[in-house]
Amino acid sequence: MDSAEGPATEEIAGVNIEIIRRGKGRPVLFLHPHIGMHGSGPFIELLARKVQVIAASHPGFGHSELPRGMASVDDMSYFYLDLIEQLDLRDLVVVGASFGGWVAAEIATKTCERLSRLVMIGAVGAKFGARDRSDIVDIFSTPRSRWEELSFRDPAVWLRDYESLPEEELTAMARCREATALFAWNPYMYNPRLRPRLHRIRIPTLFLWGAQDGFAPPAYGRSYCAAIPGAKFEEIAESGHFPHMEQPEAVARRVIEFGLERQAARA
Amino acid sequence: MRIYHFSEQPCPDAWAPEHKSLRVILPSRNCDPRVMSENYHHRLDEWMLADELGLDIMINEHHATATCCCPVAAVPLAILARQTKRARLLTLGYPIANRLDPVRVAEEFAMIDVISRGRLEMGLVRGVPYEVPLSVRSAVGQMDRFWEAHDLIIKAMTSIDGPFDWQGEHFQYRNVNVWPRVYQAPHPPVWITGRSPQNIREIAERGYVLGTFLSGFQTKDLFDHYRKACADLGRPAPAPDRFSYLGIVAIAQDRKEAMRRAEVMVGYLRSSGRVAEPFGTPPGYFSVKDAARMIKARGKRTTTTREGKAVDTHHGAIEDLVKAGIMFVGTPEDVYGQLAEFVDNVGGLGHFLMMGHAGHMTHEEAVDQITLIAKEVLPRLQKSRAASRHAA
Repeated sequence: MDSAEGPATEEIAGVNIEIIRRGKGRPVLFLHPHIGMHGSGPFIELLARKVQVIAASHPGFGHSELPRGMASVDDMSYFYLDLIEQLDLRDLVVVGASFGGWVAAEIATKTCERLSRLVMIGAVGAKFGARDRSDIVDIFSTPRSRWEELSFRDPAVWLRDYESLPEEELTAMARCREATALFAWNPYMYNPRLRPRLHRIRIPTLFLWGAQDGFAPPAYGRSYCAAIPGAKFEEIAESGHFPHMEQPEAVARRVIEFGLERQAARA
Repeated sequence: MRIYHFSEQPCPDAWAPEHKSLRVILPSRNCDPRVMSENYHHRLDEWMLADELGLDIMINEHHATATCCCPVAAVPLAILARQTKRARLLTLGYPIANRLDPVRVAEEFAMIDVISRGRLEMGLVRGVPYEVPLSVRSAVGQMDRFWEAHDLIIKAMTSIDGPFDWQGEHFQYRNVNVWPRVYQAPHPPVWITGRSPQNIREIAERGYVLGTFLSGFQTKDLFDHYRKACADLGRPAPAPDRFSYLGIVAIAQDRKEAMRRAEVMVGYLRSSGRVAEPFGTPPGYFSVKDAARMIKARGKRTTTTREGKAVDTHHGAIEDLVKAGIMFVGTPEDVYGQLAEFVDNVGGLGHFLMMGHAGHMTHEEAVDQITLIAKEVLPRLQKSRAASRHAA
């Protein structure tokens, strides 16, 4: 994690979770992508200037514990419903990026009771394309350099000198990869049950998609958006699959505008 | 001491130097089915000859590769169950953690055991890392799944009083009732391959045959883990028939011809290790610690023991591979001497699994190899002091 302060460890729903909490005001729950929390720091700090950010490493990812028996994003969404209750979050803005967007959709299809807004950044998790090919680039069958190329407009945003990384960082990376396999191996990056449930998302929803996303192309994002009643779709210029990393200012600005809309309307 | 003849049933014409990966992604367009048909018939004929000459038979399976064109071990096993008379029929093995249907595995095994009149040796393996990408299930929790599949297969074979239900963590079934009943009571012998002390301990606890492949003179350490596990459990020292080892044999009446055959076989080994980058390190297959080390070593050859051994196996000079106990090369006298030394070194060996055909080796050469090993090496090994000292 590359934010000013390191994450803390808290016990949430009986699980030891690595968690970042910053800022005040409207709560925003950030759900990180399959590559983990790395690179999300600037985005989180920008949000924290205006809102209260809660960002946990998902169970099994980073340095968060994986509870026995948790093996699907469906399971994980119940963990997050517990987290929302335990931290007593209300009028919550849920922001999910890539794999985190899948988690967000699984939460919101179960209940929107404590949720006010949903932001899906390059979200995966539902199936829209042909049955004889994957909608999403298969990171497990694609050389790392190639999927990095497809995921970023500028892969330098992500590239790190693996040789000089501390043990702890390498462990976090290895755990993210293993957890991604646990939750998203097959069906790859989606839950066949999710698409027919998307109509249950009855809160304002905004899709933000990198215009140069070669990992989950914008056409996939538009299909996803069309399955959620009233959802809006916006492209983020000069970005690949992780706009919150490549364009943190633009994405944070849109999240804050959209997240605070209702409050403004009420005032 | 038994010797099992083994070939991976390769499709050697399909690998050209330009193919970066002979596994997972090599298009089957590279396989000429007419040529492959000849290959299959030759390999089956060789196994039938092995049966006639007093050797046993080993089959394996791999998937989506030209190096081993046998994706369904049950097919040659079924043919040989009918066509052979006396050989033990070993499959080493079924990758049961990647299989979706352990009950189907039990049914296949049961039928083969009955048709062969009780000659099946039931080998179960975790499977190589580069076949995880072909599997519906990931390598996360693979060993848990392996043992649950094993437990279910054994229960399915030994339950002869009507159906049971299985409601496990990884597998759920209604009315499991395997027909036919297995020929060998309570079930065919089980073999499992192992490398880590923990895994070998689990194999030893169950009293199964430990399978080891191309581990050379490090094999003794693996067998010692097994012996220690038995000692810890207060059991008698395990007999040699609890141990098996797979090595490559190039044998001929004159040493020069044997070396030529060794070159043919080692050429195959050198290419069979070619696997495209993402497939060698599937998540969950290695410990997090090892996986972290592999990320760090990105772009470089990894240095784990397992990978380290693979380097030796795939690139070592023949002389070194012989010294390492991975290849056994020369005249019948030479090969006998090398094997006797190996058996002595590991402290007794019940089953030698002989890769007696590989790569571009011709049918005639394989026939000659099988004949020499069966007539001139096996009888001597069975009589030798080295073997008798460790005999069961």
